[in-house]
Amino acid sequence: MTLRADLAVIADHVAPGSRVLDIGCGDGALMLALREKQCDVRGIEIDGASVERCVAQGLSVVQGDADRDLRDYPDKGFDYAVLSQTLQTAVRPDRMLDELLRVGTRAFVSFPNFAHWRTRAALMFGGRMPVTRSIPVSWYETQNIHHVTISDFRDLAREKAATIERDWYFASRGPIGRTGANARAEFAVFELSR
Amino acid sequence: MIVSVQGPIVSTASQTLVLPHALPLDGGGELARVEIAYETYGTLDADRSNAILLCHALTGDQHVASPHPVTGKPGWWQRMVGPGKPIDTDRFHVICANVIGSCMGSTGPASDAGDGNPHAMRFPVITIRDMVRAHVGLLDTLGIARLHAVVGGSMGGMQALSLAANWPERAERVLVIASTSRHSAQNIGFHELGRQAIMADPRWQGGDYYGGEAPENGLAVARMAAHITYLSEEALTAKFGRNLQDRPDGSKGAKTFGFDADFQVESYLRYQGSGFSRRFDANSYLYITRAMDYFDLAEEHGGRLADAFAGTTARFCLVSFDSDWLYPTAESRHVVHALNAAGAAVSFVELSAPHGHDSFLLDVPALDRVVEGFLG
Repeated sequence: MTLRADLAVIADHVAPGSRVLDIGCGDGALMLALREKQCDVRGIEIDGASVERCVAQGLSVVQGDADRDLRDYPDKGFDYAVLSQTLQTAVRPDRMLDELLRVGTRAFVSFPNFAHWRTRAALMFGGRMPVTRSIPVSWYETQNIHHVTISDFRDLAREKAATIERDWYFASRGPIGRTGANARAEFAVFELSR
Repeated sequence: MIVSVQGPIVSTASQTLVLPHALPLDGGGELARVEIAYETYGTLDADRSNAILLCHALTGDQHVASPHPVTGKPGWWQRMVGPGKPIDTDRFHVICANVIGSCMGSTGPASDAGDGNPHAMRFPVITIRDMVRAHVGLLDTLGIARLHAVVGGSMGGMQALSLAANWPERAERVLVIASTSRHSAQNIGFHELGRQAIMADPRWQGGDYYGGEAPENGLAVARMAAHITYLSEEALTAKFGRNLQDRPDGSKGAKTFGFDADFQVESYLRYQGSGFSRRFDANSYLYITRAMDYFDLAEEHGGRLADAFAGTTARFCLVSFDSDWLYPTAESRHVVHALNAAGAAVSFVELSAPHGHDSFLLDVPALDRVVEGFLG
């Protein structure tokens, strides 16, 4: 099974043997990849069926709500906190970012970029909330309650005094450079510290 | 020795050993000459690393996968424990011991106090930790320093948590199903109802009924009340609804304008109550429910549950059921939060099952997958 592109980036850049908390770990694909690198990986996932699949594979995953349950984790208990494709579903993404950088020395965050040209075009010419490959669900049933753009996220990181250590951008064909990424990238991955 | 249970005793794989030392008790004092009745399944590895301790619930026993000696019914976790099953006895050496205070062979109120008479109410009030201390004594005697896992549902889960907190080096994995770290007011309330029903039975005689008639009616009422808490409204409605019970002469059920068991649910509960009275000792029921009521793992560790697990290297897995209102999901989450705060490796899942608290004993395939996966 090949890892989703953002997860592959994260898996490649987590140091072997690290302690990692994967928030919104889904079916545990990233956790399994990190376990191969001798990492001590824990997960949080809201969907019970996904949690069951993770536990059945011997992964340590807690069924819970990241908006509520992160606060139980001790400060800097992990080398990395990972939030993949979940920031835009948080009740308060700003507080979520604070929590990531509290429980982890570093944080990886990936999210779909709402300023991608396809999204802009759909809104400008279609006049309706975009449904694209990276935002595949209609506005009324999407879990994405806080759409965010790459520029928005950079602003938030600055406001939160978080340092962007590394960043990666992906278009439909694969990785792209930073130039014009806010319009060209379908999704982005950031590595942060504070 | 079992003094009070009635009916034929058939032979089982059960063994009994006497702990080589007196057992110190949380309530002060100690219990001398403690007998532990236990069963084992599967072969112990040469390096003694594949042992799993199964802890049973309030009215359970060591007959986890062998016929019950009184009722002849299959073991209480037969569906989970055996060759090729989620707790695979082809791979693991499974040990299940009757808790002290019980009546299935381990020392309890019905046991001889050493003066030729049963302890009865002279038996000391014990705690969950005392039960676990006896289990640890058993493991010491069997030469098992470290368990592959300790596993328990309901009161068995309390024992698993207690072992993890008080003897953290003894288990690599801790699996806690439909349980709690402390008894709630509602839990204590239901237990008090049961105890009062037993003690209100004139045959109880201050606990000195051995050799005579046991307080079966009181114990049956206690069981009926408790049994309701083990089910869910949904399960009771699905099973019985308001259906009427056919009369003993075979005629169709009808309201009798009396107090017979008109409804099927009444008939079912009476059957459960009387069946239980025949296999369980009323005084044991008093002592074990008391031990559960006293259970508060945080209190034992300075009031902060996370401190109970400080420094643990064990992996934990907690499972709750969405229809369990006896130990609801919030109780498991409370433990999970403490384990997270302690930095422990913990898994937790709330499984969907309609049967209420008893779901852990029943056919829930998702539970099988979680148990098998967690045990590795």
